[in-house]
Amino acid sequence: MSTEALAETHEAHAHDGHHPSDLSYIKVAIFLAVVTAIEVFTYFQSVHGWGENTLIVMLTLAMFIKFYTVVGWFMHLRFDSELFTRMFVAGLVLAVGVYLAMLVTFEFF
Amino acid sequence: MADTAVAPSAPQTAASSPAPTNTGISNEKLAMWVFLGSECLLFGGLISTYMLYKNRLPEGEIGPAEVFDIPFTSVSAFVLLMSSLTMVLALSAVQRNDITRSRIWLLTTALLGATFIAGQVYEFTVFYREGLGYTTNLFGSAFYTLTGFHGVHVSIGIAMLMSLYVRSMNGKLTSDHAERVEIVGLYWHFVDIVWIVIFTVVYLFPQ
Repeated sequence: MSTEALAETHEAHAHDGHHPSDLSYIKVAIFLAVVTAIEVFTYFQSVHGWGENTLIVMLTLAMFIKFYTVVGWFMHLRFDSELFTRMFVAGLVLAVGVYLAMLVTFEFF
Repeated sequence: MADTAVAPSAPQTAASSPAPTNTGISNEKLAMWVFLGSECLLFGGLISTYMLYKNRLPEGEIGPAEVFDIPFTSVSAFVLLMSSLTMVLALSAVQRNDITRSRIWLLTTALLGATFIAGQVYEFTVFYREGLGYTTNLFGSAFYTLTGFHGVHVSIGIAMLMSLYVRSMNGKLTSDHAERVEIVGLYWHFVDIVWIVIFTVVYLFPQ
């Protein structure tokens, strides 16, 4: 299931005060399973000499897509009050900022 | 003063008519989101510590490349991911007041979570037998702390799911109580997204 298809399904449900249908949830789960399969595939391809940086970028992208999909669809942030999003994103941004600073300080990169 | 006394309000007979809040949204749900935001800091700290320490190994010490079994962990990750689907189907069933299906999906979610925990126990046992104890090296300490904390969160989630299941069996979980299922679901999905990050950063990133 492409992100465009997900977006179309979202349009049908967003802001109408209702959560998506069971079928939509199953489609989202299939999409997540496919992304996970791609992630695992890239791991085995690394044996055949893909560049390390390419792999890290691809895996990070896949991770963000899965994270965003679960939070938006299964946790209903796309359909619920914006206040919930603000509360969660505040903690997330703070965590990412603090620990990126820590990793830079300890010369991880 | 007696004139200003407030008459006792009528008893609330159903959870579907909660008291109004200042924000217009559920305080319990808001509290769960604030809690999950704070949990990002806990797991962020554990993941960053792992990233810092994973390669600080003396020559010849056991490290991630020697112990990780990616096919096995991929199956575990898939099991936990699918438990998010069954969780959201349980919520959907409760909202429709389809109590039988909600019980089935709640129990399935708890069983998938238990399968994940069983996989983690097996993985820890194998690693220990291969020579990676909690105090063997910095990688071992950081790895067991991170994945152990996550495992404890999954176990707490299973306990919450089972409490919902027992309430349902006692007839105390109907569509009036859908928000309870939703709040437990938020926790469960959070545990899933934390594993999405751990699976990528700890297991799949090139060692």
